[in-house]
Parts: sequence; structure tokens; C-alpha cells
Amino acid sequence: MAAFDHSPPPFFKQGPAPLALLTLYVAISISLMVLDAKFRYLDMARQAVAVVTHPLQQLAHAPARGIAQAGEYFQSVGTLQDENQRLKHAKLEMAPTLLRLQQLEAENTRLRRLLAVHERQPAGGQVAQILYTARDPFSRRVIVDKGQQDKVGAGLPVVDDAGIVGQVTRVYPFVSEITLITDKDQAVPVQIVRNGLRSVVFGLGNGQLELRFMPANADVQEGDVLVTSGLDGIFQPGFPVAKVARIEREASYSFARILCVPVAGVENFGEVMILAARTAPAPRPEPSEAVEGAPEDKAPKAKKRRPGARGAGGH
Amino acid sequence: MQTTFSSSRILLPVRPWFIALSMIVAVLLNLLPTAWWPGVPDWVALVLCFWSVREFRKVGMGWAFILGAVMDVADASLMGQHTLAYVLLAYFASSLSRRVLWFPLLQQALQILPLLAIVPLVQFAVGMLAGGQFPGLLYFAWPLVGALLWVPLTFLLLLPQHQPVERDANRPI
Repeated sequence: MAAFDHSPPPFFKQGPAPLALLTLYVAISISLMVLDAKFRYLDMARQAVAVVTHPLQQLAHAPARGIAQAGEYFQSVGTLQDENQRLKHAKLEMAPTLLRLQQLEAENTRLRRLLAVHERQPAGGQVAQILYTARDPFSRRVIVDKGQQDKVGAGLPVVDDAGIVGQVTRVYPFVSEITLITDKDQAVPVQIVRNGLRSVVFGLGNGQLELRFMPANADVQEGDVLVTSGLDGIFQPGFPVAKVARIEREASYSFARILCVPVAGVENFGEVMILAARTAPAPRPEPSEAVEGAPEDKAPKAKKRRPGARGAGGH
Repeated sequence: MQTTFSSSRILLPVRPWFIALSMIVAVLLNLLPTAWWPGVPDWVALVLCFWSVREFRKVGMGWAFILGAVMDVADASLMGQHTLAYVLLAYFASSLSRRVLWFPLLQQALQILPLLAIVPLVQFAVGMLAGGQFPGLLYFAWPLVGALLWVPLTFLLLLPQHQPVERDANRPI
């Protein structure tokens, strides 16, 4: 009975007034928001709290994962045989392309060297499993099972077997957080495969993407495939991003409204690949020097950049 | 403290570890994949509201702030989004607690409903200010479910405080 609280409530020692406490906590909360949203100072604090929450999250998701695994285990042999057959078929179909790809890449490297153009970096990375979707209803993010231990860094692009999925935004010791390209205002610089037109595609937040600030008479058609242009220095050029689904051209607006759907299974669960960091592209020529001259130094650099960007559209 | 102030039943004092346990269970329930289903309540807010109405001397804005920080990190949301909502909830819940407990349970639930509605409304305002997307109208539905759950929740969380059935006539309480 000693554990029970039988003492009378303290009449004179009640701590600070509730309203004062409320003001204090609200002020702290608001400053936390500003620090997090504007300056991103709180990643260390997040990592400290995540040490507690991530094991809890894994624990909470264990039953669902167990059920899914049990379902896979009891899947009929017929389904598996079918899938095996289909995969073998797909592999055989891909074989000629893949076999020639190696030779083509070698040839491409040689030709690029001949043209004194930047060599394209080979795409490499590591496979990660999507653990769960972040619960925040205001954004589209997923958590994957690779973190600082696996040398994952913030900003790395993430792809699946069909195209770009998103970008790593926060890294914890054992997991990291990926912002999907469909997240509101997540931007990817793209290029239209058909004509090499460059633009930037933005997430809308409802599973769709929008090609913004394209003039109403721009040469965009429904069904056009958008690939990364690589101009940002983050995404490597040539990865499929989205397909144009609908175009609304209105005379009253100067920009066309172009809606796209992502090519990759962005909102599905499964495995993704975190690509390795891209080597930095050639630095931007300084505007004043570029105008004044020094052609023997600056001109080759500018020349290097443009064919590099063009080459991405050629796939 | 009785189930309501007007009932004649006297409860045992609450054990602090039971409050902590209920909070941990609530956090776990919040992290389940079912949290995506429409109408599933924010269990942490519900349990926090319960204890700040019941035991406003023990559970207050400090607890609300800590739990909010935990949920912020777990949800990968903007830091401070849950803390602000939970702190406001705890403040209003504890300031209403002297009045709410005079009513029968169903009428308590009616008064709890606007308290719970603070949480999604504040989070929505913060999310929109931070440039988020509209989460859909069903996002605001869970306080209704939460208010309906007030009666079973009261029964469940007060179970450890119920007195033994065999009464000792020599004991005062």
C-alpha cells in the first residue's frame, strides 16, 4: 500500500501556473517547427529520439510482416511455377539487349573520349527493402532498411526496376527516409525523350506529377516519356521518371497544365535501389568571366556541359 | 476518485506505472499499420486526454510534450507538429477536468469530442502552413470514433483502481 498516494494534494506548492506552462510549451513547439522547417537544425535530436522509436516501429510492424510472410509461404506451388516461368521468359527476352549493352557502353565510352566529352558515370548502388510508410498524412515518404551503417547519405536518388522512385531525405543509423517524387513540391529535372525538351516535374501529392511552367504551345504530347536530364547533379541522366497522362491547354493561361503519372511503382511496397552519389558535374562558368573572354579556358568547359545534357535524351 | 463525481463508488489511487504502461501501449497502437485506416483514432491523444482529465496533477503538458516529440519522430512529420497539438489538448483537458467528471459517461464523451478535435485541426493548420498536401476529409473523422471509445476506455483504464469485492468492514476505505 506504500506505493499508493494517500497524501493530500499540495495546496501551496503547485508549480508554475498552467497558463504560463502552456505559453512556454507552445513557444518551444513553434520554435521547434521553425528550426525544423526553415533551418533543418534538428536532425541530431531526431536521431536521438529515433533510437527509441525505430525499435518500437519495427515491433509494431512485426505482426503485419509475419502475416505477409506466412501468406507467401502458403502460396500454391502453381503460382510460384507460373511466376518462375514468366521470369525466365522475361530474362530470355532481355538477354539480347543486356548482352549488347556491355559492348554498347564500352563503345559509348570510347566515342565520348574521342569527342572529349565527360564520360558517363556507371550507375551503381545498393538494394534496400521498404519497411513501412511514414504515418505523416501531409507528405509521401517511406522508410527503408539501409542507413548510415551502409553509407547512405541524404540526397541520394532512389530507383526501382521501372524508374525513379524518390530521394533520400533523412538518414538514421540503421534506416533512412525517402521522399517520393509524388510528394508535394518534390522536384525532378527531366527531359522529354521524343524531342529533348528540358523541364522540371513537380509532385502534386495525390500520386500524380505536374510539368510546370511549360508554355501553352510547347511540344508535349500525351504518352511522352520523361527521363531525368541530369542537370541537377544529383540524378544521373536517362532514368525514366513519368509519362504524360493529360494536357490541358487554355487560352486564358500562358502555361499549359500537364499532368503525368510516375513510371516506377512509387506508391507500392517492395524493394528499391539507392544509387551511389554522383560525381560532381563541371562547375558553372562565372558570368562575368564568360562575357569578358578567356576563351582558351572557359569555352571547352561550356562545350562539355551541353553535349553531356543532350546525350541523356538520346536513349 | 469515483468513476464520476456524482457516483458513490470510491476508487483506489492510480499507480504511476500503470499510467506509463498505458502510454507506451498507446504509442505502439499508433505505430501499427492500421493507423492508416480512416477513422482509427490517435491512441496517444486519446489516452493522454483521459489521464489529463482524470489525473491532472500527474499527467499534464510535460507528458504531452514528450509524447508529441516521440510521435513527431515516428511519423517523420515536422518537429513540433504533434507536440503543439498534444500540449493544447492536455491544457484544455486538465482545465475542463473539474467540470467533465460531474457528468454521466455518455455526456462526458460529448464534452471530450471538441477536445479531441483540437488535435487534427492543429496538426492540419501546421501541416498546411508548412506546405503539405490536403490529407482528405476522413483525416478529421477520428475524434468522433475517439469520443465513442470514451466509455469503454474509462472502464478499461480504471480497472486496476477498482476495489476488491470482499469488503473489510474494519477498513475505512
